[in-house]
Amino acid sequence: MVEWTDFERDTIKDIFSKMEYEVVGPAALARCLVVYPWTQRYFGNFGNLYNAAAIKGNPMVSKHGTTILHGLDRAVKNMDDIKNTYTELSVLHSEKLHVDPDNFKLLADCLTIVVAAQLGKEFTGEVQAAFQKFLAVAVSSLGRQYH
Amino acid sequence: MSLSDKDKAAVKLLWSKISKSSDAIGNDALSRMIVVYPQTKTYFAHWPDLSPGSPHVKAHGKTVMGGIALAVSKIDDLRAGLLDLSEQHAYKLRVDPANFKILSHCILVVISMMFPKEFTPEAHVSLDKFLSGVSLALSERYR
Repeated sequence: MVEWTDFERDTIKDIFSKMEYEVVGPAALARCLVVYPWTQRYFGNFGNLYNAAAIKGNPMVSKHGTTILHGLDRAVKNMDDIKNTYTELSVLHSEKLHVDPDNFKLLADCLTIVVAAQLGKEFTGEVQAAFQKFLAVAVSSLGRQYH
Repeated sequence: MSLSDKDKAAVKLLWSKISKSSDAIGNDALSRMIVVYPQTKTYFAHWPDLSPGSPHVKAHGKTVMGGIALAVSKIDDLRAGLLDLSEQHAYKLRVDPANFKILSHCILVVISMMFPKEFTPEAHVSLDKFLSGVSLALSERYR
């Protein structure tokens, strides 16, 4: 089981409670699709992803970015059992979506950078450490049911 | 994943906007790397004070960003341009190259914090490619 300090718990809950999911989610996913273009392989039916402007303006990207953050929200609300909370999601990503789990880390890095831009100076080293630890647990749990 | 002309232009443009803050960027990036990735402390065991913003950390952040500035000026041939630095890292410092990725990530985070408007996804991808190229050039002489 993952051990969370009080600081880590408070930090994660604080960040997500203040977050605008419909802004951060789309921004993080769009950034991922631009910075790591091979991730576009999973979104063949999303239409126009030809350039950064198209990706940013794509409504399916926006909608999916928000969906992803709501998925992360489940982990925020169950920080002491993210592993089991994500069992079904992990099976989905493996069996149905066939997503290479290495991609989860790429998206996590983009989310970190978007949140850093939002929080500015508040995104101290300690806050970054807590945020990245949380994302690492989420990423690991999402990859757990792959076989 | 080599640097296109578009990447080089993007890196030079972004650098022109952020270079005056390079000392601050280096200090913050190195300070938070030590906090976020404690295993990196193993390279700085000889410093008396590893706390964020301490004199050693500040000075070293400046040194690192000096290397980045050099890399920007040698962007057309990073391998040749950074050969001396590669020798230093390979034979003297012997930093495991995995750490180049870690520090690169911290640099990106700091730039995102300090220059949110300039650090668009387009600028991000070019800078990420550039830092990967720098890391590769630094590893050139390792084996």
